[in-house]
Order: sequence, then C-alpha cells, then structure tokens
Amino acid sequence: MAGKVQATEEQLTYAKILDIGMKIGLLAIIITFAIYAAGVLTPHIDVEHVSKYWGMSVHDYLQAANIPHGWGWLSIVEKGDFLNFTGIAFLAGVTIICYLAIVPILFKKKDFICGIIAILEVLVLVLAASGILKAGGH
Amino acid sequence: MSREKKIVLFAVIGMVIATATGVAFGEELATPPVEAAASTTPWWVWPLVLFVVTFLLGIVAVLGGVGGGVLFVPIIGGFFPFHLDFVRGAGLLVALAGALAAGPGLLKKGLADLRLALPVALIASSCAIVGAMIGLALPTNIVQTALGATILGIVLIMWKAKKSEFPEVPKADALSTALRINGVYHEASTGQDVDWKIHRTPMGLATFIIIGVMAGMFGLGAGWANVPVLNLMMGAPLKVSVATSKFLLSITDTSAAWIYINNGAVIPMIVVPSVVGIMLGSIVGVRILAKTKPAAVRYIVIVMLLFAGSRALLKGLGIWN
Repeated sequence: MAGKVQATEEQLTYAKILDIGMKIGLLAIIITFAIYAAGVLTPHIDVEHVSKYWGMSVHDYLQAANIPHGWGWLSIVEKGDFLNFTGIAFLAGVTIICYLAIVPILFKKKDFICGIIAILEVLVLVLAASGILKAGGH
Repeated sequence: MSREKKIVLFAVIGMVIATATGVAFGEELATPPVEAAASTTPWWVWPLVLFVVTFLLGIVAVLGGVGGGVLFVPIIGGFFPFHLDFVRGAGLLVALAGALAAGPGLLKKGLADLRLALPVALIASSCAIVGAMIGLALPTNIVQTALGATILGIVLIMWKAKKSEFPEVPKADALSTALRINGVYHEASTGQDVDWKIHRTPMGLATFIIIGVMAGMFGLGAGWANVPVLNLMMGAPLKVSVATSKFLLSITDTSAAWIYINNGAVIPMIVVPSVVGIMLGSIVGVRILAKTKPAAVRYIVIVMLLFAGSRALLKGLGIWN
C-alpha cells in the first residue's frame, strides 16, 4: 500500500544510534575547539605557531612538533589542541557502534550473510582505528 | 533577481574573494616548511577565512548537487597554504561529518538502503584504507598530479553522465538475490511505493574497489562515483542511489579518516572550522534549494572544479606553484 513503507528494524536501530552519536560528536568538536581557541587549556602547539607547521608534510610535522603517533595523543589530551581529538575520534567511531548494534538483530533474524558482513565491517573499522597501520612517510 | 539568486551570487563571489584572501595570506607563508617563520597574520584570521570559505562552499555544494569533500580538497588544497596531507585529512572529516548528519534521516525514510550499503561499504571501506596509506606514502607532487587528473575526470563525469530515475532491471542477478538486496521506497512526488531490485552486482562491487582506493587516497568523499555506479551500473533508482551513496560515505570515509588521524594528518585548526562551516553552509543551501534551484549553479560548480583541478594538476607538475 502506498505511503506505508517501513524501514527494517536493523536500519532504524542504526539510524537512531547514528543520530545520537553524530549530535554528540559534533557538539564535542565545537565545545573542545572553543576551549582550545579561548586558551582555557595550554595547547601542545601555541595557536600563534600552528601556521609554522601546516605547510609541512605530515612526516616533517610529526618530527618538528614532536607529535605522538596513533593513539599517543591520549597521553597529551589535557593540552587544548589535542583535546579536540576526543570529539574527532568519537565522530569517527560512531559507525563502529552502529554496526555493533545491528549484528545481534541480523543474527536474531537469521540473516547470517548480512550478520557476517557486518562483523567483517567492524573488524575492518577497528583495524583502521587501531593505529596498527602506519603509512610510510614521504 | 530573486532573493535566493542574490544569495547564490553572493556565495560564489564571496567564496572567490575569501579564497583570494587565503592565497594572499598564503603567499606570506611560502617559505621553506621546516624553517618557516611565524606568520605576522593574527592566528584567528586563518580559521575565520577557512570558516567563511567552507560555509560558502557548503551552500554551493548543495545547490550544485555535489558533496562538500569534492570541492573542499582541490579548492582548499590549491589556494590555501596547508600541505595536501592535512587538506585530505580535513576533506575526509568534512565529507564524513556531512554523511553522518544526513545518514539518520535517509535511513529512517527508507531512501538509503542498509542491505545495499552493507556489501558495498565493506569493499569500499577496506579499499579506502589502502588508498589512504598509498596517499600518505606517495610523494606530494604525485598525489597532487593524480588529484588534478581525478578532479578533471569528475568534471567530465558531471558534464556527460546521464541519470536514470527508475533504471530498468529485467532480472535481479544471483548475488543480489542471495544477499536479498531489493526494497520498496515511497516516491513522494507521485505518492507511489516503488519496488526496486538491482543487477550486475559483481561488476558494481568490483568498481567499488577503485572508488574506495580513490576516496582514501584523495580524501574526496566519493558521491561523484557512487551514484553513477549504483544508479546506472547496478540499476538502483536514482533517489535510492543518491541516499545510499551519502550514507555509504559515512562508512567509507570513517575507515580512511582513521588512517589520517592515526598518522597525524589532522590539525584541529584546519578541521573544525571546515566541518562547522560546510555543515552550516549546507543547511543554508538546503533552505535555498527548497525555494529555487538555479540551474547555473551546477555549471558554476563544474567551472570551479575545472579551475581547481587544473590548478592541482599544474601544481603537481611544478608548472604553477
């Protein structure tokens, strides 16, 4: 019947979590940036000096500014600039949470193929987020 | 001239002026990177200019029917003093934030289809990781040159590619049948529920290997490629293709974004004003779009991409630095 189209349970669950996660993430990056810009917390790189680094390749930047690799930023999260990474990381992690939420629903519905695809996707995203994969510098 | 058209004109002119301002300030910083002196420009000017440019980009992107990332990377990369590594990292987060914001609504309305997205996302996100690692490992001039060539290719796709509201799919292929990729969506313009299914699934999935690599390598988002493949190759209705493509970006760009984050290619001073600017611009763009859709905007976007793509290509080749 026209107008009665209903998205599946897993799709609605995914949408609900994505909606909440996205809003928390965006709010977090705005608040943490405001804290950074207002100078509430001392930054690792002074705001006046950021422009010295952003023209460098990432390889040079990491060395010149003594930036930790991977999740190393957690060790300096109290610094104003690295506090921003909490919001950024949360925003980049929302999708993993969404996938984890739909896996039980898919298996409960005996949708094994999609359930396995969802698990594989979680593994791919966790691998990307883990920091294990290091790109060679240039 | 209507109010909406004046806003669009203002957005385009404003973007050109703001970008030119960026170039002017950028030249001040055109010193060797490691020995670069601190800029005499107050620090807050940069995020402000970036915010203004990305806000205007957000408006133009919505009206031109493209994602923010595809405009962001070549324009900010070509005309601001930021290294391409950081621009690509920011571009991915810009595209990701836009996709995350649009995703819930598209899924709830049944326009984006999770079953269609699941296998496609797995391939594209895996390959986006590879693309991101290649992009961060290759010399900048090679990435810059390839980016320019890709942008010019996108211009060609935007100029030539056809769209099909309801592609004819005589028979669903075996793979899409096994994965039960089909659905029904409500077409508001006609009040009808539209049944759809897809074909050529293996070929479509194989194409997403290339799309994923390019998305990760250039930080562009990949709506420009997702939509033609889902719509013209695999036969999904146009609205389902556009919505699923937007949702897909939230997964593809997540995997690539993590590689950039973990490898240090994210500077909050570049990322946050860009994400906020383009999202606010998109909200304004959607409001303008609801009232009018100036056809000329699409051509303006094509010209902008042509210019930015040529700039990237020539910069990569060392002809226009």
